[in-house]
Amino acid sequence: MNMADVKSQDNRSWFYTDTVKDHFFNPRNLVKKDDEIEVKDFNGIGSVGSPSCGDQMSVWLKINENETIKECRWRCFGCASAIASTSMLSVIVTENGGMKIDDAMNIKPQDINKRLDGLPTRKFHCSVLGDKALMAAINDYFRRTGQNDRIIVEGAKIVDKILKITDKDIEEAVLDGADTFEKVQQKTKVGIKDKTCIPEVEQLIRFYKEKYFR
Amino acid sequence: MEIYLDHAATTYVDERVKEAMDRYFSDEYGNPGSFNTVGLRAKNAMDESREKISNILNCTPTEIIFTGSGTESINLAIKGFVKANKNKGNHIITQKTEHEAVLETCNYLEKEEGIKVTCLDVDEYGLVKLEELEKAITNETILVSIMYANNEIGTVQNIKEISEICKKHKVKFHTDACQAAGYLDIDVQNLGIDLMSLNGSKLYGPKGIGLLYARRGTIIKPIIHGGGQEFGLRSGTENIPYIVGFAKALEIAQREREYEVTRLINLRDYLINNILENIPKTFLNGHPSSRLPNNVNITFLDVEGEAIMLMMNEYGICASSGSACTSKSLDPSHVILAIGLPYEAAHGSIRFTLGKRTTKEGIDKLLKVLPGIIGYLRQVSPVNLSLKDVGR
Repeated sequence: MNMADVKSQDNRSWFYTDTVKDHFFNPRNLVKKDDEIEVKDFNGIGSVGSPSCGDQMSVWLKINENETIKECRWRCFGCASAIASTSMLSVIVTENGGMKIDDAMNIKPQDINKRLDGLPTRKFHCSVLGDKALMAAINDYFRRTGQNDRIIVEGAKIVDKILKITDKDIEEAVLDGADTFEKVQQKTKVGIKDKTCIPEVEQLIRFYKEKYFR
Repeated sequence: MEIYLDHAATTYVDERVKEAMDRYFSDEYGNPGSFNTVGLRAKNAMDESREKISNILNCTPTEIIFTGSGTESINLAIKGFVKANKNKGNHIITQKTEHEAVLETCNYLEKEEGIKVTCLDVDEYGLVKLEELEKAITNETILVSIMYANNEIGTVQNIKEISEICKKHKVKFHTDACQAAGYLDIDVQNLGIDLMSLNGSKLYGPKGIGLLYARRGTIIKPIIHGGGQEFGLRSGTENIPYIVGFAKALEIAQREREYEVTRLINLRDYLINNILENIPKTFLNGHPSSRLPNNVNITFLDVEGEAIMLMMNEYGICASSGSACTSKSLDPSHVILAIGLPYEAAHGSIRFTLGKRTTKEGIDKLLKVLPGIIGYLRQVSPVNLSLKDVGR
């Protein structure tokens, strides 16, 4: 299957599930710009992305002494999928009394996607920044509480599940001058076996291009 | 009923067009190539339509080749011309805001046929810089392909000046006039163009029909081979009902143009002015005056286009967006990037294209809900850019 097939296989790409729509139109735990939010009440704050690459998320966490997330507030620049994904993520980490941060760190975009009853294939990449922002906020909590050893260094997340290629590998390929998916694939073999990662890899390439070459 | 503001994507078929087409499905179903009375009647209908269109374009009927779409016309114009004229040179010139039909065709010729392609930059309004066009022409240049009016930002190119430059350097000139045909002058003598692509689906005609005007003396070769229909340039049984409908649609467009253009310009400017006045941190993309009468393209800072569209859709308003999230690639619109908008602003551009059914009431409904939608999404967004940040 070539790239064109991957992109065009999802003919229903405009159709969102009712859950996605619900979270888009009635986002949970959102911090509106006008909301007075006491930064000092939160002990884990993280932000990823930039408007130039189409998505930016900010996450504010309130983590208690048992390392349970009691509050997860957020703001998001992005499309409907990105907004709904972040909203759902905030629900997942705070429902039933809150999630332990060790469990929250293991949340995958796939888990969010499942709870949203599925994003259109083409929009799956829109959900990846949510868990990155959550991770950044948890890392911030570790930093604030002096647990530097627990900080997860960004860039070690496996994207290609078959060849075990991480976003760090993609970053290095881009830094090495690979500026298209084809070139990155030549260097890393990413997406040859595990085609499900292609949208995410494309997103990463764009992200790193923006980060290093603009 | 929704408020449809996506006429540049496609238009509904005019009732009069539908009516004109109707008898050519089951009553007059002939193949114009058949040597019998049924075929002859079909041929007459086709000839009449070709004649009608040639009067509108101010050309001879034999200069009109019917095709299956605007995209096919463009492919025939560019590939067909290059095939027939490769011996004269291997360089063609186009520009960055063209439709994919032109860009991808040029891309193909560059990759597969070794043709050199110059893709000109445009200015901040999307206009080709005439002196740069002239500078780009070399001894090897055989064809210039520049669109009449842009589908996304509505900018109308200086077609006459471009055709004069081409004539001066003895280079042929193709224009993609798919968006322009319903609103602008399409007299090929007046414009001085050699090749022009049109289609039915943007001017209240049927989808699946297009035409290429090819000036006598502009030699092209077919890209579809077979029974030799359309003067040997486009094989395949002629689509009589669609040809009849296309001719009717062009005829109506021509007749009603003056009235409709004035009406649409008033509505367009009413919409633009109201948005810019009432919603902060917005600006118009494309040329303020050299612009299609039905096109409005606005950037809303701090918000993402697809989110705006989905919200508007809930209020029954259909528009389109240059955001990455609505395209097949992950990049924002190439047109929006070509006019120099930074990425952070490119994601928040929305296109409203008006048409026959657009009324002031409809525009007012949009204007009533839009500030709330943008205001709400800005509340959700962590981004807070200023117009200055994006060079406005």
